[in-house]
Amino acid sequence: MVTVSTTTRTAQDLTAQARDVLGVSRLTNHALTSWLHGLPGVDQVGCEARAASLGTRSVKTTSKAWAIDTAIGMIDLTTLEGSDTVGKVRSLCAKALVPDPLDPTTPRPAAICVYGDMVATAKAALGDSGIHVAAVATAFPSGRASMPVKLADTRDAVEAGADEIDMVIDRGAFLSGDYLTVFNQIAEVKQACGTAHLKVIMETGELVTYDNVRRASYLSMLAGGDFIKTSTGKVQPAATLPVTLIMLEAVRDWRDLTGTQVGVKPAGGIKTTKDAIKYLVMVSEIAGDDWLTPEWFRFGASSLLNDLILQRQKLATGAYSGADYVTID
Amino acid sequence: MSRLDVRKTYKLYIGGKFPRSESGRSYEVVSASGEFLANAAMGSRKDVRDAVVAARGALAGWAGATAYNRGQVLYRVAEVLEGRRAQFVDEVAASEGLTVRAAGAVVDAAIDRVVWYAGWTDKIAQVLGNLNPVAGPFFNVSAPEPTGVVGVLAPQGSSLLGLVSVVAPVIAAGNTAVVVTSAARPLPAVTFSEVLATSDVPGGVVNIVTAQTAEVATWLAAHRDVNAIDLTGVAGANGVDWAALEAEAAGNLKRVYRPALADGAPVEPDWNADPGLGRIRAFVETKTVWHPKGL
Repeated sequence: MVTVSTTTRTAQDLTAQARDVLGVSRLTNHALTSWLHGLPGVDQVGCEARAASLGTRSVKTTSKAWAIDTAIGMIDLTTLEGSDTVGKVRSLCAKALVPDPLDPTTPRPAAICVYGDMVATAKAALGDSGIHVAAVATAFPSGRASMPVKLADTRDAVEAGADEIDMVIDRGAFLSGDYLTVFNQIAEVKQACGTAHLKVIMETGELVTYDNVRRASYLSMLAGGDFIKTSTGKVQPAATLPVTLIMLEAVRDWRDLTGTQVGVKPAGGIKTTKDAIKYLVMVSEIAGDDWLTPEWFRFGASSLLNDLILQRQKLATGAYSGADYVTID
Repeated sequence: MSRLDVRKTYKLYIGGKFPRSESGRSYEVVSASGEFLANAAMGSRKDVRDAVVAARGALAGWAGATAYNRGQVLYRVAEVLEGRRAQFVDEVAASEGLTVRAAGAVVDAAIDRVVWYAGWTDKIAQVLGNLNPVAGPFFNVSAPEPTGVVGVLAPQGSSLLGLVSVVAPVIAAGNTAVVVTSAARPLPAVTFSEVLATSDVPGGVVNIVTAQTAEVATWLAAHRDVNAIDLTGVAGANGVDWAALEAEAAGNLKRVYRPALADGAPVEPDWNADPGLGRIRAFVETKTVWHPKGL
């Protein structure tokens, strides 16, 4: 079961804290710009080389078994399609409750991630299992809606029982340098979340540069995000190792700076056990083992769970498993 | 001035591509008389695993292709084989220690074998299927369907005719294949993979892994995503216990094509004999459909 600290933060509290961090008397777009653009630039070549080298670690036998079970426990099992039905969400919840009927020792994923209108269905299906329900909100995936609509979207999901809210930032505002708008929107959504956990989706595939990823990470943390998340999964490229590396550095440095720990969630495009293990290695090496729990690190994925189960079966039986031994969805 | 030898290092054929072995290993292939011929990749269990993934991915398209289309593709394979006849003659002669004349006869037989199976693709259903008489107002139709992904241990001795004789029936019936080549004589199989790559066979339908049979056969036999296994290549393979492979194959109820036996020991069949329909029949499943008769 995942435990999540429950703090209600008002937008005023967050602005006050941001002023402290920035050392300014009034939080203006100018102040935010100076601060974000004063962050050290990302060495693109170095970052990609570091990410690639961390991906070459060989993780075998008992370590691999541990990594597989840890990764399963970190999954936000996701279905975010226009064609989602109540039945589809229920079957996904059933999968979360019993990931592998052939082996009851298989751990459960951390959460189910659905659209806001499916929260009640998921909540009912999961009962008191301890598996969280995460809802995407704020006009996911584009984020192109007015603020009242985004807040209503968020409150609606929270009232339906969502434990976690995955919001998208306004990439248009971010890219045009209107950081204060992005800050205010995140802070207001955080307030609307109440006790629900807020994950801030930066959609790194649309942010163009690594420097922007670093800036968006800091801005999201400053505005009260409990998690920073790479992508919606609707835009290519989605999660990549270098981008996640930058985010892990950001949460590590943010804890040193403010004492607040923030989680990281790569989402989209992580399909294989090998990929997942690369991410776990990176979490341990960059952020540290404090982040190596479902409370602080999640995978946004759907097909990843099946591949992890296949690998788990391979370790248990000694024979390669196949798609006949896992569910289709 | 003498020209430097171009010493080739061949690779595997998986999913329509030619990757190196995941293990990074290769081994020297020598002729029947012990001279160096080339280096071949020494496939590992992970290469077999990758090949199974490729074969599974290709299955829907290949099994769903019309029998007519599969026949055309196989005929094209025969055409390209014919076009590279000289190279095959050299390789078979060197690998199997035959005279050029004898090797030529082997290559011709191999080409004819592919043509023969190409002709069979759209006749399998007529011969192995049936309209069954039933006591009721129904049509009752049995039709053969491909078994799925078939693991093939290719014969150790007959490096081209034997190879073609085990691979062609598998794909003619609409299956996809993961082929483990003869360990000591892999070169004709490597060249055959180049033929497949240039003859309309979709990537992944045939995957060819050059490897030590004993090392990878167990993994292929135990693999839960393989639907059938042809054990022909256990005859003459070092350190392979074919009964143990059959036991492993039982893990997911694979179809098993047993090796030919002489005095209880596996032997290679006579590849020049009439192949018959046995190898096609072994790798199809019969689906029977009841359909109400109209008035």
